[in-house]
Amino acid sequence: MPGQFLATVEKNESLGPAICRLTILAPEIAAAGQPGQFVMLRSGRGLDPLLSRPFSLHQTFPHGRIQVLFKVLGEGTRKLAALGAGEPLGIVGPLGRGFDLAAPRAGARLGLIGGGMGVAPLFFLAREIQRRLPEFGLDVLLGARAKQELEQLLIDFGPLKIEPRVATDDGSLGHHGLVPELIEKEWGKDGKLRQVFCCGPWPMMAAVAQRCRERDWSCQVSLETMMACGFSACLGCAVAGSGQRERYFHVCKDGPVFNAADISWE
Amino acid sequence: MTVETDVDLQVEIAGCTFRNPVMTASGTFGYGREFEDFVNVSRLGAVVVKGVSLLPRAGNPPPRVVETPCGMLNAIGLENVGVEAFLHEKLPWLVELGATVVVNILGNTVDEYAQLARRLDGIEGVTALEVNISCPNVKEGGVAFGTDPLMASAVTAAVRRASKLPLIIKLSPNVTDIQLMARSVAESGADAVSLINTLLGMAIDLAGRRPRLANVVGGLSGPAIKPVALRMVWQAAQAVKIPVIGIGGIMTAEDALEFIVAGAHAVQVGTANFVNPGATEEIVEGIAAYLAKQGLKSINQLRNTLIT
Ligand SMILES: Cc1cc2nc3c(=O)[nH]c(=O)nc-3n(C[C@H](O)[C@H](O)[C@H](O)COP(=O)(O)OP(=O)(O)OC[C@H]3O[C@@H](n4cnc5c(N)ncnc54)[C@H](O)[C@@H]3O)c2cc1C
Ligand SMILES: Cc1cc2nc3c(=O)[nH]c(=O)nc-3n(C[C@H](O)[C@H](O)[C@H](O)COP(=O)(O)O)c2cc1C
Ligand code: FES
Repeated sequence: MPGQFLATVEKNESLGPAICRLTILAPEIAAAGQPGQFVMLRSGRGLDPLLSRPFSLHQTFPHGRIQVLFKVLGEGTRKLAALGAGEPLGIVGPLGRGFDLAAPRAGARLGLIGGGMGVAPLFFLAREIQRRLPEFGLDVLLGARAKQELEQLLIDFGPLKIEPRVATDDGSLGHHGLVPELIEKEWGKDGKLRQVFCCGPWPMMAAVAQRCRERDWSCQVSLETMMACGFSACLGCAVAGSGQRERYFHVCKDGPVFNAADISWE
Repeated sequence: MTVETDVDLQVEIAGCTFRNPVMTASGTFGYGREFEDFVNVSRLGAVVVKGVSLLPRAGNPPPRVVETPCGMLNAIGLENVGVEAFLHEKLPWLVELGATVVVNILGNTVDEYAQLARRLDGIEGVTALEVNISCPNVKEGGVAFGTDPLMASAVTAAVRRASKLPLIIKLSPNVTDIQLMARSVAESGADAVSLINTLLGMAIDLAGRRPRLANVVGGLSGPAIKPVALRMVWQAAQAVKIPVIGIGGIMTAEDALEFIVAGAHAVQVGTANFVNPGATEEIVEGIAAYLAKQGLKSINQLRNTLIT
């Protein structure tokens, strides 16, 4: 069940260019949070910026800690980046519907694809898949603009004994190009059926969704939209569904994780 | 949540007694249930639900919200489940909980408003109607009803004939003379007025030279609009004898109390619910604490006490 809490910042680390990892003491959320769920964060008591900002759960830990991984873009994330240990932080969560791990197809390998800050929820997901579905093989593909954005994450994946395949826009690490291109390169030939979990920028997810459709792989995507509330009160976070009838989903409540086939990708 | 003091928070509006003067603003509190993890909705003065129309509406394409300094713009486009789904799927939960429910209605034509009022008349658990003649986000009617005194009066009269329920007419701030609007609906049968709805605004993404909202324009709400709202509530309270309900940028008990001093019988809390989902209950507590501290027995002693 979601709730509203006044949490405490335990640690705020800088992980490369404008990327921060915030460790927060929030026991209720740590206990209940699932991979793919998110929290609304708000620093300080000022009125500008006014709204809370949504962030995926990057990790939860025993002993009541959670982590979020974020990129500094505007005023909201700048304020979060400036928080020091011991400072209070408004938090609402855990919110939304996370990744569905209920029924992977028999004989499938599970494939995770992350781009940009979309890598944030995938680490938690990978850990949970290993814990709950140890019999399934797991491959991870990650994309970023440049090497520095990925270095810390690759280190984090180490203990999970997962070696992600990497694509960078500038070629500074791994494949020189876009991460959906790695699907052919890495998963094209082994004949194993994939069940894909994806999070990243919209064009990347659209490309991944299409490649999965062509191969008849199931594909779950975690979407981002502008959000005012995060818990289905404002109706602001609409995204168009597929199918004839005009209909919108609400990303905060119906998602953020959707079946790619349910979304209109135009 | 138990600052039980012996101050009297009850207010009377249109013959109904509300347990306290703090209501939720339509469109910012869903149908109540969205807040079940955050607020005891039966402790609020009233839950004013998301505006309902005769038929369900899908709303506008995204992006629908954008933040602006100390506020936000929205162009939701009055997405709602429609009156029948509201009555069958949403209202029973509120009634069961003992919440006081005010139903906000909207239509594209005068006749649609009347049909809605008739449909809701006599339904158990509906305490009053709030008639939204002021939404900036719908193409047909919406703005015209709220900005033209003759149209506003026509809607009010039609709804009055169609229903015995207490009528709150929700006014648009997008007018030059709010007193004229308040008077015309009061003379046409309104039992109360509520104001303000959102102010028409827009935001531009300079890098792309594009509007930030798909609808181009939207409604501005939040602390940024509070000074405008206070001024209009004060002016309306001087123009009409019927109760005035103040809305606009209320985040705290102090904000709410300013509206009451300016002449409001009650207030509605909107955008604050997104930022602090527990805001409404905190405001009720804060008002009680303030009255106790001031040695006032009743909220009614504070109303309209502005010294000018
Ligand atoms: C469910 C969900 C989970 C998210 N998880 C993460 C995460 O784990 N890590 C992370 O770094 N980011 C995440 N985001 C995006 C994050 O919420 C935005 O980056 C943040 O709100 C920007 O706030 P700001 O005040 O710094 O920027 P603003 O000043 O509000 O905006 C600066 C720029 O950021 C972009 N932006 C603003 N809001 C969003 C948004 N909601 N989504 C995408 N871009 C936006 C806009 O292009 C804008 O021009 C998530 C978003 C959603 C909806
Ligand atoms: C997202 C959103 C949706 C709204 N929907 C409605 C609505 O359906 N009917 C209505 O009368 N007002 C609607 N409003 C207006 C609010 O009820 C209120 O009048 C306005 O937001 C000003 O108050 P605030 O500054 O406290 O938010 C909406 C406002 C917002 C922000
Ligand atoms: S963010 Fe408010 S409804 Fe989804």
